[in-house]
Parts: sequence; structure tokens; C-alpha cells
Amino acid sequence: MSSAVDTGVRLASLAGASAFVLGLHLMNSPATARRGNQLSAAGMTVAVIAVLVSVSHGGTMNAARWLVLISGALVGAAAGLFSARKVAMTDMPQLVSLFNAVGGGAAALIAVADYTHNSHQVGNVAPTATVLDAIIGGVTFSGSLIAAAKLQGYWSQPVNFAGGRALSAIATIAALGAGIWIIAGAHNPWLLLIVVIAAIGIGILMVLPIGGADMPVVISLLNAFTGTAVAMAGFVLENATLTIAGALVGASGGILTKLMADAMNRSVLSIIAGGFGTGAVGVDVAAVGGGSVKSIAIDDCALQLAYADKVIIVPGYGLAAAQAQHEVRELAELLEERGVEVSYAIHPVAGRMPGHMNVLLAEANVPYDQLREMDDINPEFERTDVALVIGANDVTNPAARRPGNAVSGMPILDVDHARSIVVIKRSMASGYAGIDNELYSDPKTSMLFSDAKKGLAELIAAIKAVG
Amino acid sequence: MSSGFVGDLTIFALALLVGFEVISKVPATLHTPLMSGANSIHGVVLVGVVILSAIVNGPLGYVLTFVAAAFGAANVVGGYAVTDRMLQMFKKRPVPAAKPKGEVE
Repeated sequence: MSSAVDTGVRLASLAGASAFVLGLHLMNSPATARRGNQLSAAGMTVAVIAVLVSVSHGGTMNAARWLVLISGALVGAAAGLFSARKVAMTDMPQLVSLFNAVGGGAAALIAVADYTHNSHQVGNVAPTATVLDAIIGGVTFSGSLIAAAKLQGYWSQPVNFAGGRALSAIATIAALGAGIWIIAGAHNPWLLLIVVIAAIGIGILMVLPIGGADMPVVISLLNAFTGTAVAMAGFVLENATLTIAGALVGASGGILTKLMADAMNRSVLSIIAGGFGTGAVGVDVAAVGGGSVKSIAIDDCALQLAYADKVIIVPGYGLAAAQAQHEVRELAELLEERGVEVSYAIHPVAGRMPGHMNVLLAEANVPYDQLREMDDINPEFERTDVALVIGANDVTNPAARRPGNAVSGMPILDVDHARSIVVIKRSMASGYAGIDNELYSDPKTSMLFSDAKKGLAELIAAIKAVG
Repeated sequence: MSSGFVGDLTIFALALLVGFEVISKVPATLHTPLMSGANSIHGVVLVGVVILSAIVNGPLGYVLTFVAAAFGAANVVGGYAVTDRMLQMFKKRPVPAAKPKGEVE
């Protein structure tokens, strides 16, 4: 390759990497985020064109290689575009998991192809990166597929079976053993095959025992893994674009993993170890729970909302499960027409992935300036006439402020600080943490026992009747 | 340990720090598009597949390249498309907001 072309390719790659960083930077506001994503996509286009120019000047491409590369890319691009257009917003976590799976899978395949063709495998740095790429990529691939299947609802319960842990331990030892052998200098494709198969096994065994409600943490963690796998592929191929992009994604996934685990009051390790409340202390709320709750009729609730000055809506995943986003937006608009100030309080883990509830409400045309983060809106509850809780449970439980129960220390929305509270709920069933919600027996709280969609539709009709 | 490796490691560490700095400023409202956007960025793995496509041969090499190219392209194209679709749903409140109280009643 002539040095002029080489320089041009490197500069184009630098431009691509800069566009990724600037694109992520523009994501700090909903007003600029779309432009940020487009900038990032433009950077990606430049980086891909640059590498195509680079290999076509390298003199080793032939018809067969071009055919394989382009046909593979076309098939993938069509599949990606189709699923991106078709996916329902409630199914977003599954799609993100699938993209994690293919990204991690591609990174692992790069390790395998480079190793079997012995192209960069000199010294022991490249073999180390190859082994790490194969392990992290393999774990991400199978783990993300299992996570997507769980999110899709094939089975959302934790799957535990006898010998699962022993099997994980064996797979880990096999992956590390074969990996160290490779790093030590053995060049044998069968060893790498063992590493890849063991890594796929580890990924399956890691995600199977994790419960459906822990998915926001798992997706974030697998996202971080994919980034790291891609960065490792960058080390194998000595390509800075891959290393930079992989590191950016690793950082993003890492931050989101930490935020989600904090918001659920769980350590990442205990989630991976499986099962909720594995470290929880004895539950003390039994005395308070089961206390008297009062229910409210639709018409009374409608009057309360219609003559309020300030209403905060607290949506949980139950709202999306009932497909009631449009009803809630309609209710909010109706109240605003009457001069009521309405906003939405969004807990970080509302939904099945970080920030999921915001997307679901944005899809229902809720303006983003009404979507408020927990820390931002908590001080406003005490100035609120009615807090309307729909499909949210554990994240509103005041018991979290006391030690000694399953939700202790979990950051919550200060719903109980509002002047009055209405909870739309089908029954008194407890939330994920399996404890009673003290909010429900608060004297300020009224329960509206109904399905979210039906209850909201009736509320809308009743408020219209208030006139 | 080669100087090339140390150079790569330097880039990796600095990119990680830049990532932490930039991403910790993204509001929780946008965390889903952020993750989906980051997802598209790791579609850069396609660049690696292109580099590799120039050296592979034999049926195994071609199969590996074909599958990796399909995975990488699905990741990058689908990721950016779905992120854009999500972000265009985030709209500001239409300009004439609620009527002042009292007028309605």
C-alpha cells in the first residue's frame, strides 16, 4: 500500500473515532441526541469506507474474498434493518440483546479466523488478546441469546439445576487452561475451539439462573462485555478504531451496569450468583403489611385529579405490560387542559432495560420535558396534590428507608410525601421483592383496584363528565 | 512486550476514560437510546471483519468471514436504524402549553 493511501486511511479512521465520541457527547440532551446518533453513523460510514479502501489497495483481495465479505454484509444489513424497523418498543431489550450477541459473536469469530490463519499471532501479546477476545466474545454471544429468549418470555423464571455450578466451574477451568496453553506458545486450533465452546457454555450457565427482573443489569453488563470483546479484537488486529470504539462501549456498559445495580440495591456479583435476596436479612415488615387499605371509586378519584394543582404520575412496567401508555398520556393532556401541572416520575429501573419507560412514554407522544428523573423530581412530591402510581411497586415502598428488609437502601421515589396518593393496581399482590408495600396502608393512600388500561379509560371518561 | 502493544494499551485506557467522562453526563431519560447507540458503535467490529477478509482462505475461512460479516453488518445497520427510530420519538412539548387555570371552568 502506498504511504499516501495509508495516511489517508489512518486520518479517516481518526475522524470516525472522533465522531463516535462527539456523537455520544450530543446524547446528553434529548434535543441534540438524534443529531449525535447521525454523526456517529457518519463516522462509522467513514471508518468502513476507509478500511475497504485500505484492503483493496493491499493487493490481497480477490473475487472470492470480496464475494464472501459483501454477500455476508448484505445479508446481515438486511436482517438488521428489517428488525430495527419492525421491533415494538416494548421489545427493545430483546433487540439490544440480539445486537450484543452478534457483536460479541463477530468479535469471537475474528479471534478464531485470525488464529487459524496465523496472521497476527506473534510474541505472546496477540495470543493473549486472541484468547480474551474468544472468551469474552463467546460468553457475550451465548449469554445475550439466553437473555433475549428470557426477555421474549420463553421462560422468565430463573433456571437452576443440580450441578449447574460445578458445570460452570469445569467450563471456566477448561477455558482458562486451554487459553493459558495457547498464550504459553502452543499453536493448535483445537485448543482455541475448546476455549470458544467453554466460553459459550459459561455464557449460558451464567444467564440461565438470573431472574427476569434483574435483566436491566444483565443487559448492561453484556453490553460492557461486547465492547471489551471488540476492543480485544482491536488488539489482535492492531487496529486502533476497534480498540477506541470497544473501550467507549465498555465504559458505557460499565456505567449503566453500576447505575442499574445501585438503583435495584443489588451488587452485580450477587445478581450473577443468581436469585433475589440471597443476601437479604430477615423481613420485618410483616407487622405493618396487611394493615388496612382504603379503596376509592372512579368518580371520587376523577374529582380529586380534576381539581388538583399539581399531579405526578409514577409509571412502572405494569403500565407498559397493560399497553396503557396512550391512556396515561390522554389523561395527562386532559388534566393539563384544566390547568393542572402534570409530570412523570421515572425510576431508573422502570422497565426491562435502563431508561426503557422513557422510550415507551415518548412513543405515546409524552413530551420529554415532562419525563423527570428520580433525584430531580423527589423534592417536588411534597408540593404535589395527587401522586398517581400505575404499575410501580417496590420503587415506591417507604420501607426502603429503614434497615432490615428486602428493599432496605434501595433508592425510591418519595411518593409518600405527596398530599394524597392514588394507586391503580389489580390486586394486593406484592412486587418483585416479595414484601408488602407500606405505601398502600398509608392513611393518605387510596387504592383504585383495576386493570391499568381499563381504570385509566374510566378515569378519563369520569373527568370529562366533571366538565 | 512490543511498543505497538503499549501504544494500543494507551489508546484503550484513554478511550475508556473519555467514555466514562462523556457518558456519565447522559441523562437517565436517554439511557435506552444510549445503550442502543453504544451497541451500534460496537458494530465497528465490521471494520475488523473487512481486515480479516483480506487474509482468509479455504472453506473454513470463508464461512467464518461470511458469518462474521453478517453479524457485524446486522449490528451496525440495525443498531443505528433503531436508535434513530427511538430518538425521533423524543419530542418537546408543543408550544402553546396548557391554558391558564380558570379559563376552562
